[in-house]
Amino acid sequence: MSAGTPKSLPSSGQKSIQDISHPLSAEESVLTPSPDVGNTTSSLGEKDLSLPNGTPAGTSSPGSSSSLLNRLQLDDDLDGETHDLFVSVDDPKKHVSTMETYITYRVTTKTSRTEFDLPEYSLRRRYQDFDWLRNKLEESQPTHLIPPLPEKFVMKGVVDRFSEEFVETRRKALDKFLKRVADHPVLSFNENFNVFLTAKDLNSYKKQGLTLLTKMGESVKYVTGGYKLRARPLEFAAMGDYLDIFTQKLGTIDRIAQRIIKEESEYLVELREYSPVYSSWAGCEGELQKPLEGVSSCVSSSSSALEELTEDMSEDFLPVLREYVLYIESMKNVLKKRDQVQAEYEAKLEAVVLRKDEKSGVPADVEKCQDRVECFNADLKADWDRWQNNKRQDFRQLLTGMADRNIQYYEKCLAAWESIIPLLQEKPDIKSETD
Amino acid sequence: MADSGGPEAAQLSSNDPKGELGDVIPEEARSLLRKMEISVAEAEKRTGKNAVNMLETYTVYLIETRRVDSSAENQNFSPDSLWRRYSEFELLRNYLLVTYPFVIVPPLPEKRAEFVWHKLSADNMDPDFVERRRIGLENFLLRVASHPILSNDKIFYDFLTEENGWKEEVMETGFQPKADSRLKALNATFRVKNPDKRFTELKHYSDELQSVTSQLLRVRARVADRLYGVYKVHGNYGRVFSEWSAIEREMGDGLQSAGHHMDAYAASIDDILEEEENYADQLKEYLFYAEALKAVCRKHELLQYELETAAQDLMSKKQQREELASGTVRTFSLKGMTSKLFGQETPEQREAKMRVLEEQIQEGEELLQEKKTECDEYVRNAWSDMERFTVQKDRDLREAMISYAVMQISMCKKGIQVWTNAKECFSKM
Repeated sequence: MSAGTPKSLPSSGQKSIQDISHPLSAEESVLTPSPDVGNTTSSLGEKDLSLPNGTPAGTSSPGSSSSLLNRLQLDDDLDGETHDLFVSVDDPKKHVSTMETYITYRVTTKTSRTEFDLPEYSLRRRYQDFDWLRNKLEESQPTHLIPPLPEKFVMKGVVDRFSEEFVETRRKALDKFLKRVADHPVLSFNENFNVFLTAKDLNSYKKQGLTLLTKMGESVKYVTGGYKLRARPLEFAAMGDYLDIFTQKLGTIDRIAQRIIKEESEYLVELREYSPVYSSWAGCEGELQKPLEGVSSCVSSSSSALEELTEDMSEDFLPVLREYVLYIESMKNVLKKRDQVQAEYEAKLEAVVLRKDEKSGVPADVEKCQDRVECFNADLKADWDRWQNNKRQDFRQLLTGMADRNIQYYEKCLAAWESIIPLLQEKPDIKSETD
Repeated sequence: MADSGGPEAAQLSSNDPKGELGDVIPEEARSLLRKMEISVAEAEKRTGKNAVNMLETYTVYLIETRRVDSSAENQNFSPDSLWRRYSEFELLRNYLLVTYPFVIVPPLPEKRAEFVWHKLSADNMDPDFVERRRIGLENFLLRVASHPILSNDKIFYDFLTEENGWKEEVMETGFQPKADSRLKALNATFRVKNPDKRFTELKHYSDELQSVTSQLLRVRARVADRLYGVYKVHGNYGRVFSEWSAIEREMGDGLQSAGHHMDAYAASIDDILEEEENYADQLKEYLFYAEALKAVCRKHELLQYELETAAQDLMSKKQQREELASGTVRTFSLKGMTSKLFGQETPEQREAKMRVLEEQIQEGEELLQEKKTECDEYVRNAWSDMERFTVQKDRDLREAMISYAVMQISMCKKGIQVWTNAKECFSKM
């Protein structure tokens, strides 16, 4: 039996093999990593566990979700959230029709949630569909931070939209996007998200223009009504400041990374000049022929390694940086909206206060406004923390990846040069030379 | 690089005065370096009036020499020393070129900095340039001192030991006018009828060597420029990580320390490229050696040409004698024509002519013999030096490549170290 709300599933302890400080393990010893997660389930079920707040825990978990957990990569998510919805984007394929050519990606869903009719789905989606989903999420969940998509527009002629590298970069970004939505405690329950993952014919659904409402969403209309904000609460002001500076720094890092790639590419061009010269020198030498050829091939190897490095950096590093810049843009918009909602509330409140002669008590619509503000603030705060956490992981991964690639580059070059030392030191037999 | 022979080598060579043990003893042991340690210890700036009475600044180099006792006791003799400037080294070398035309004379370090990459100064007064020149000059002296023939030259010895009067001494040898005519001869164009195949191949090789070494030096300068850029730009990461860490809580420390490693990475390129200058200098030496090799080949061509010309002249004189004796005119000559027009010569006239011709033929035979001997001797000597040079070149360039590979390995290891450190910092973010 699965829960209706995210937090009550106790078996979320199984989810993370690395997880040590899980709330549930407060009364239990650390869950030992076990290849057969099923065992852990039953052992958990036999103990008398309760959640920190005293709620008795359920004793069993759906067998399907625990086996799913085995196969999927787990974040070190420490906030005890459920992972009963797993999505992935892979297998890009080109579709050629009379009208256009485009790429579709396979979107796979595995879940135990009751909101889904089936436990598994697999269908194909194109970028347009992801774009539609994101817009719908922004519309219907304006108080939340919606993860970004990879860039929509690609300059034709500059980038090949169908090249393996471009498609793979895009696929990774789409996969990340979908996973972030699936991990979000609110967004993952969004009706549009459900439809995106399950509907066979998304286009007809889009055309129907059904706008399904979530509890928090549509009923609240946000008007950019030109209300002036009196005092932004410190924490949101801090968020805004942080985002401003962070954007700046990201921009700088992007520029530096691009510059490095450019310098490395130019270095590569010059480096390539070495090899043919050494080769041609080898051609007119006797005893030195082998050593010179050796040096020539070494330089070639170094050149290839460098080429790989620059390609990897272009494909893997820069897009992620840009993605974050887009992310921050949309976040700043959400912050602005929050300001608007607060401003509206303040204005209405002020109006009421001025009309002192009216019956006491705050009128309903002002109360509604206050609610809106408080909900917005709460959603935003929760999302902010989640975002900070994800950001930290993402950048840790990004930067260690960059370090790794550089290490690999140097290791390749090192191997090449070390391998020719014996060749260089090997002296031909002098006796035979004087014949 | 040339090195001085040790005491054991000195022992061996005393048993082998003719040097027939060739390969076994490093040639240096048979040479000046057996008796003497040589170094160019320092460089200094001087100011003085030049030939046109104008003030100029120039650099002088301190040549230190010390007697080496073959009993290999601790040398207590303090070194003798004198100062020389670059132009005096040039004088010495020009003298050697003229006096030993069959020797591939070691080159001097370049007069002006060439194949420079942008960060390096092309200024002759730049301390790095002066330092590298000091090393190059020392190398030159050591090479000359270890050459089996050059090392015995008195002018060379006096260059090392006689501070005053050396210039006059070298001028008195009368080499200067020979140097000028040599230069002219080397640049002249003439055709040899029967070129010596070995020397033709050698000349071809010297052209190739010149070409590849100068290409490599050009590429190296451009590569150095680019590599410098790559490393230095990484330094910008240091600054931005530092700034970014200021707004982060948990990520701050990791970022900050990673930034320091990026700074270290950027700074490391200076030493790397400085070391690479040594490799460039080694290539330059052989670029200039190629020039010297070409000169030896050209000189041989010249001698060959002179030999052929002498043989030809002799042959035509002999032919003239034959004609005169038989009275037939086979070759066209003005005399022949005039005698036809104005009547035959008298027997006395003919006899006189015959005597002159015989004299000329005699001289011609002697000249031909001289030239032949000169040519043969030259070929023998040049070939011997060529063989010595080949052994030296193969050894030197092999060593140069090894040290280049070692440099590359060191650079890679440093890179791995820095990025591993940075990675550790990133993973702690």
